[in-house]
Amino acid sequence: MNGVDFWPPSTLEVVFLLLGLVAVGSALLVVTTRQLVHAALWLVVCFGALAGCYLVLTAEFVAWVQVLIYVGAVVVLLLFGIMLTRAPIGRSDDLDSGNRVVAAVVAVATAGVLVGVVVGGFQHAYAELRPGAGSAEELGASIFRNWVLPFEALSVLLLAALIGAIVLSRTDIKGRR
Amino acid sequence: MHVVYPAVVAALLFSVGVYGVLARRNTILVLMSVELMLNAVNLNLVAFDVWLRDVLHSGQVLTLFVIVIAAAEVGIGLAIVLAVFRTRKAIELDRLRELGEP
Repeated sequence: MNGVDFWPPSTLEVVFLLLGLVAVGSALLVVTTRQLVHAALWLVVCFGALAGCYLVLTAEFVAWVQVLIYVGAVVVLLLFGIMLTRAPIGRSDDLDSGNRVVAAVVAVATAGVLVGVVVGGFQHAYAELRPGAGSAEELGASIFRNWVLPFEALSVLLLAALIGAIVLSRTDIKGRR
Repeated sequence: MHVVYPAVVAALLFSVGVYGVLARRNTILVLMSVELMLNAVNLNLVAFDVWLRDVLHSGQVLTLFVIVIAAAEVGIGLAIVLAVFRTRKAIELDRLRELGEP
């Protein structure tokens, strides 16, 4: 242990753990709720809490991108999907398949293995938080100096995905006969 | 900040996503659970980037890339779900059993 005890936790750690609790709790509600639209709305809470976690971890830019893209775009897209597939708006009791018990067993086993491994592997690791380490300036410099090629490849991928989505969802495009 | 805290939160979030993928019937709910798993990975990437003080900021840059890929994945996934709904009038996963032409 390099000088930093687990108890008492610092204020930042308490804030982080509360946000993490909100994130995990709302994630549980996402996968257990009986109403489709509520699942999407709980997803907003989960992503918002995760953005707060990123802020506590000094990753400001990632936090705002998370708010813009996940809360702003992905959830709206999912809500569009719910509306367009004419899902029932109220309670529906057939959202879960028959293998809930098996799924719960697998999930608990996954959680046990992962938590055991990370607690065993990183119990002495301590990250010194340095404000400004994840600011837009630092990240922008990093992306456009060292990560330009993956960035450009991703823009092409995003374009291809958008064109693919348009082609898949339009009905008046027919294949060549 | 102890690295254990974000790592444990991410592990729990990932397991919740695993449960959602396995237990849900509705395809859109499965897509939401996949998003939860991707977010767990993102939290890990950010936490380890902060811990290791990477000069290239690979953790946070990869987080941004994962967010972009997740957006692309949701777009394509929903387009496929809509196409399936249009042809079969159902998006329940356990009713989509046959692989060939109906």
